[in-house]
Amino acid sequence: MTTTAAPETGIATPAASAAPPPRRRRSALRRRNALIGWSFILPNFLGFGFLTLVPVLILFYMAFTNWNVFGKADWVGIANFQRLLGDGSFHTAFWNTLYYSALHIPLTIAVSLGLALLLNQKLRGVAFFRTAAFFPYITSIVAIAVVWNLLFSPDYGPINEVLRAIGIENPPGWLTSQEWAMPAVVIVSTWRDMGYYMILLLAGLQTVPRELYEAARVDGANAWQRFVNVTLPCLRPTMFFVTVMLTINSFKVFDLILVMTDGGPGQATLVLSQFIYRKGFEESQFGYASSAAVVLFLLCIVVTIIQFFWNKRRSV
Amino acid sequence: MSNLTEAMVTIERPGGLRKLGSSAPRPRRAAGASKLRPAGRILMYVLLAIAAIGLLAPFFWMVMSSLKTANEVFSVPIVWIPETFVWQNYVDIWTESNMLTWIRNTLFLAVSVTFLQVLTGSFAAYGFARMRFPGRDVLFLVYVGTIAVPWQSYMIPQFILLSDLKVSNTFWSIILLQAFGAFGVFLMKQYYETIPEELSEAARLDGLSEYGIWRRIMLPLSIPAIASLSLLTFVNTWNDYLGPLIYLRDPDLWTIQLGLKSFVSNLYDTNYALLFAGLTISVIPIAIIFLLGQKYFVEGIATSGMKG
Repeated sequence: MTTTAAPETGIATPAASAAPPPRRRRSALRRRNALIGWSFILPNFLGFGFLTLVPVLILFYMAFTNWNVFGKADWVGIANFQRLLGDGSFHTAFWNTLYYSALHIPLTIAVSLGLALLLNQKLRGVAFFRTAAFFPYITSIVAIAVVWNLLFSPDYGPINEVLRAIGIENPPGWLTSQEWAMPAVVIVSTWRDMGYYMILLLAGLQTVPRELYEAARVDGANAWQRFVNVTLPCLRPTMFFVTVMLTINSFKVFDLILVMTDGGPGQATLVLSQFIYRKGFEESQFGYASSAAVVLFLLCIVVTIIQFFWNKRRSV
Repeated sequence: MSNLTEAMVTIERPGGLRKLGSSAPRPRRAAGASKLRPAGRILMYVLLAIAAIGLLAPFFWMVMSSLKTANEVFSVPIVWIPETFVWQNYVDIWTESNMLTWIRNTLFLAVSVTFLQVLTGSFAAYGFARMRFPGRDVLFLVYVGTIAVPWQSYMIPQFILLSDLKVSNTFWSIILLQAFGAFGVFLMKQYYETIPEELSEAARLDGLSEYGIWRRIMLPLSIPAIASLSLLTFVNTWNDYLGPLIYLRDPDLWTIQLGLKSFVSNLYDTNYALLFAGLTISVIPIAIIFLLGQKYFVEGIATSGMKG
């Protein structure tokens, strides 16, 4: 790095200014640098701030008002939250969201990790398969929902036809049944997401040093022991990322359910996001919907923070 | 694509890969690839085949159903492959729905959003990656933090804000909604940090301004990242359902996702074969973009992995 050239160009970045210029000059430079830096960020930040940060701030205000469709808002304190506590639909939505997450998160991790391990082998057709596995993820929700709805159709759907063919007398009613609607949704969302997480995990697997496996083999470790003692520990950073993403995505699940079941049958697949949508956009109770939105917001933030610290503690 | 946060998650992928790839020299397919015994190999192929069928069967069924007559879609026992292919479905869907308008709208939105996202995202990323000024790190933390904030939680205030500005029920609402996400900034910043500082230093000595360095050095060098960002933003906007559902009420503004959904819910006597033809048409552009872009995409990831 040529130190003398920095003053000549006049736009010395801190890295370039090894020979410190006089104090006044330096603060002027720094101010100029700050201006240039901000000018880079500003175009994006204007949109980002206005469309993401400002709405989040308004949300926390709205949640404590009875804001309705006429835009009239009175401060009501925690009345909205008290109402949530006694609202049966909210309880259903809340527990359904957790139920969905409890099924979706482990299932997706298991399937995508299995796929990633499989695709990490030297097999023919692996490249084709990687493409195929990712394809559901980039297909639109509407196409996925419509196709799977018909695949799940109890009487003339291919899935139940296959189940009957292999000897299951009374296959489930899937989306028409209170008990099976949620598992059906989870199957579809897992099918859709596994390619995405598989690619993340595969990238993680490929950073595991080969020598570790060879060392383990020399020590007489079998395949399972190698998986537990070499693969899993090396995958931890990737796993952390995958779990956080998967949790947030599960908590906010919405559009797939909206198109597939619209929360039904009854309230069997009603989730938090849909509760917010219904109260806000269908019933125009903006204030009340916002209080439910605050719950969703806090749920995601808190879980992320917990996972973050847990990960940190374990890696020490 | 439903929303900003989800897009962010999508976009995380190349960034994440790159980071993982660059943290250690990546042995190509080395780890875990042991010498399998023949029995193990066969088992692997069987598993692979089952998984492939599970992944692709719904698509196969969609395409086959689009070539059936209306009755065949629901016939019992199931007709997997129609006896005669009814190509007429692909002609009729254009006259029985507003497919052309929907596709035109969606294309317009996807292209505008992608252009703005790449432009503002890479510009801001340069500020975050290469400029030093007070407040930068805090601001970036705020950008990253929004990854954990679901769009569903602030969609209502955002809607009220945009309605007050009279942009709801116009294309502007969707463009504004999608074009300024944190994800583009994040992805591009990750990539810029892999480009050696010496290059911009040399350009600075030659008298290029910071803007010049961004335009002449960083942009051309980051084409793989721009390709991934464009690809993902385009696909996300094309597939978005919730944004248009909330903001675009005028049928003339509908995107292909809204249009096809209305096609399902409007008609109890929906001709499902026609619907499947419509769905297939809506998926084809994405499939083509994905297959064409995939190579570029993977190459971008591989090279950045090797660089590290």
